[in-house]
Amino acid sequence: MNTLLIVLLIIMEISQIHFLYVTVRDALNQALDEELERDERVFLLGEEVAQYDGAYKVSRGLWKKYGDKRIIDTPITEMGFAGIAVGAAMAGLRPICEFMTFNFSMQAIDQVINSAAKTYYMSAGLQPVPIVFRGPNGASAGVAAQHSQCFAAWYGHCPGLKVVSPWSAEDAKGLLKSAIRDDNPVVFLENELMYGVPFEMSEEAQSKDFLLPIGKAKIERQGNHVTLVSHSRMVSLCLDAAAVLAKEGIECEVINMRTIRPLDAEAIETSVMKTNHLITVEGGWPQFGVGAEILARIMEGPAFNFLDAPAVRVTGVDIPMPYAKILEDNSIPQIKDIIFSVKKTLNV
Amino acid sequence: TGVMPSKKIQLFYHRNYYILKYIKIENFHFELFLFIFWKKCDLHKLEEGPPLQAVLTREEGLQYYRTMQTIRRMELKADQLYKQKIIRGFCHLYDGQEACAVGIETGINLSDHLITAYRAHGYTLTRGGTVREIMAELTGRRGGIAKGKGGSMHMYTKHFYGGNGIVGAQVPLGAGVALACKYLGNNEICVCLYGDGAANQGQIFETYNMASLWKLPCIFICENNKYGMGTSVERAAASTDYYKRGDFIPGLRLDGMDVLCVREATKFAAEHCRSGKGPILMELQTYRYHGHSMSDPGVSYRTREEIQEVRSKSDPISMLKDRMLSNNMASVEELKEIDVEVRKEIEDAAQFATTDPEPPLDDLCNHIFYNDPPMEVRGTNPWTKLKSVS
Repeated sequence: MNTLLIVLLIIMEISQIHFLYVTVRDALNQALDEELERDERVFLLGEEVAQYDGAYKVSRGLWKKYGDKRIIDTPITEMGFAGIAVGAAMAGLRPICEFMTFNFSMQAIDQVINSAAKTYYMSAGLQPVPIVFRGPNGASAGVAAQHSQCFAAWYGHCPGLKVVSPWSAEDAKGLLKSAIRDDNPVVFLENELMYGVPFEMSEEAQSKDFLLPIGKAKIERQGNHVTLVSHSRMVSLCLDAAAVLAKEGIECEVINMRTIRPLDAEAIETSVMKTNHLITVEGGWPQFGVGAEILARIMEGPAFNFLDAPAVRVTGVDIPMPYAKILEDNSIPQIKDIIFSVKKTLNV
Repeated sequence: TGVMPSKKIQLFYHRNYYILKYIKIENFHFELFLFIFWKKCDLHKLEEGPPLQAVLTREEGLQYYRTMQTIRRMELKADQLYKQKIIRGFCHLYDGQEACAVGIETGINLSDHLITAYRAHGYTLTRGGTVREIMAELTGRRGGIAKGKGGSMHMYTKHFYGGNGIVGAQVPLGAGVALACKYLGNNEICVCLYGDGAANQGQIFETYNMASLWKLPCIFICENNKYGMGTSVERAAASTDYYKRGDFIPGLRLDGMDVLCVREATKFAAEHCRSGKGPILMELQTYRYHGHSMSDPGVSYRTREEIQEVRSKSDPISMLKDRMLSNNMASVEELKEIDVEVRKEIEDAAQFATTDPEPPLDDLCNHIFYNDPPMEVRGTNPWTKLKSVS
């Protein structure tokens, strides 16, 4: 056994295969660092982003490296600093505006929608707004109702915005870099529970110019029997559910949306036309949500005729998030909920 | 005016202001300068205010007159077109407040920045827009400054960030522009306007805080026209001393109907910002003749007598005209000629604005994103896919 291991290690060294595990947090940090270095107009502002190293340590080390001019601590005044960020973008800078969580973005949502998203259109192309709004979104652990809302559907509703929701470390890095380089307002929905999760980072992803296209989903796992479409942390649950179902001979195709808006309907349709079954999985509330939109599009598109069963949604429970652990655990989709829904859809 | 000694100085009192008339003759070429003195403006946390006098040259006088008259006539024409239903939706007219827009612009450079709320037609003009483009935008035509897609409240030019519909939202935006000026080190400033109604908005106080903390080169200007829509200042604000509301931000209050007063105060404020002292606040006391918008007759919350009194005693254009005429800076005929030219410009613009075609339907979905490849946009039904280009 030991010799086998040694042989393996030698082979790895010879062939230069380096497994690098990077947490989502570090991937985001790398993306921020690289983009700040690349373009002087890029700067970061938000609560505790500078001297505190970031409320969730995403901006760790950046203030030390780039200083007060480019990493700016703001007072607790979301509407004000979001508006300031949008104004700076209008005047030629490339701000990254951090909301400590997207729940607080509601204080500033007028600036995101009315000042950022709509301006390029209202000015008929005279005034672009190259800004990124980023921060953790959705349920966390034990933070209760006011701190647990998912805003994917709210922002995904609005023309003029791009809305991105990464899952893995590669997603986080490639998509954040693309978002910062994008000349339009991008809402970048991270997830607090994913920050500490390590992922394998390919050689390609380690490069300073690694970009992932906004608007393109990724198939994380191939399968023939049912399509599971998800975003952010729920992708992990889908993969876990798929692993369990595989033992029973059910092969799930798991799609990581990566972007909420523009939605990669084509990728979903192609998959549904192969598997004939669709389940969407999200952490947010069901009504008027991400899953609702996907199902509507499937109804209206070419994939409808390929469905062997109604497409369904697995979502958070339609209630404000409770505090007690047992209640919280039962307010968001669990692996067993996905497995249950797959079996119901496949009628097994 | 014939043969005169080489210098002649006259001092007299006219309409609350002292005017010193100074005529200099050299080689049969005479220049006329008016030095106008006014009372000190109200100061808050400032040791000194703007200078108490200004020099008005003939050329300047004529230029200010022309611009103010253009704004006046343009707004009145918009009133007409709105009543004919050629302009729709919101239309917030600026007549009465011309001295603010013109005075501010003469106190800054075109390379500086400006942002205001929805009563923006006057500023669109002073910031480089043409009457044609402005009127065609009001009538929603393809020749409009925003190709017909913005309308009255969403007009933009270089270094002019609109035209903003949400009350107060433009103030943080303006501070953001000022942040960019400081960041880029270009010695430019941002003038950030809001009304007496907006002055109570929370986000404005958030902005005061950050602008002051970070010493942003931002001139906050409150155009106090005494009414926020139908609510008078006494009914809306616990403190109507808007120039003091910035608290730790120095402020000044002045007569917004006097274009020279506004100019000098703006120059003073701009100097304050450019020297790195941080933001400053100006309150311009002004008046709008029209109601809040075209759907407001403007007489349910104020009397016709009040409006008439302002018109006869404090009209900004009349004030400048009187000054120039009574000091032989210009003749009645000259000013009449300017009036005729302005009227013609407005007529031509209105003609264009009513005959230019509406934007083409295939422009409907354009300008969603900048610098992006063309994309598809869902129409009103699943079978309609519309094209969108940057």
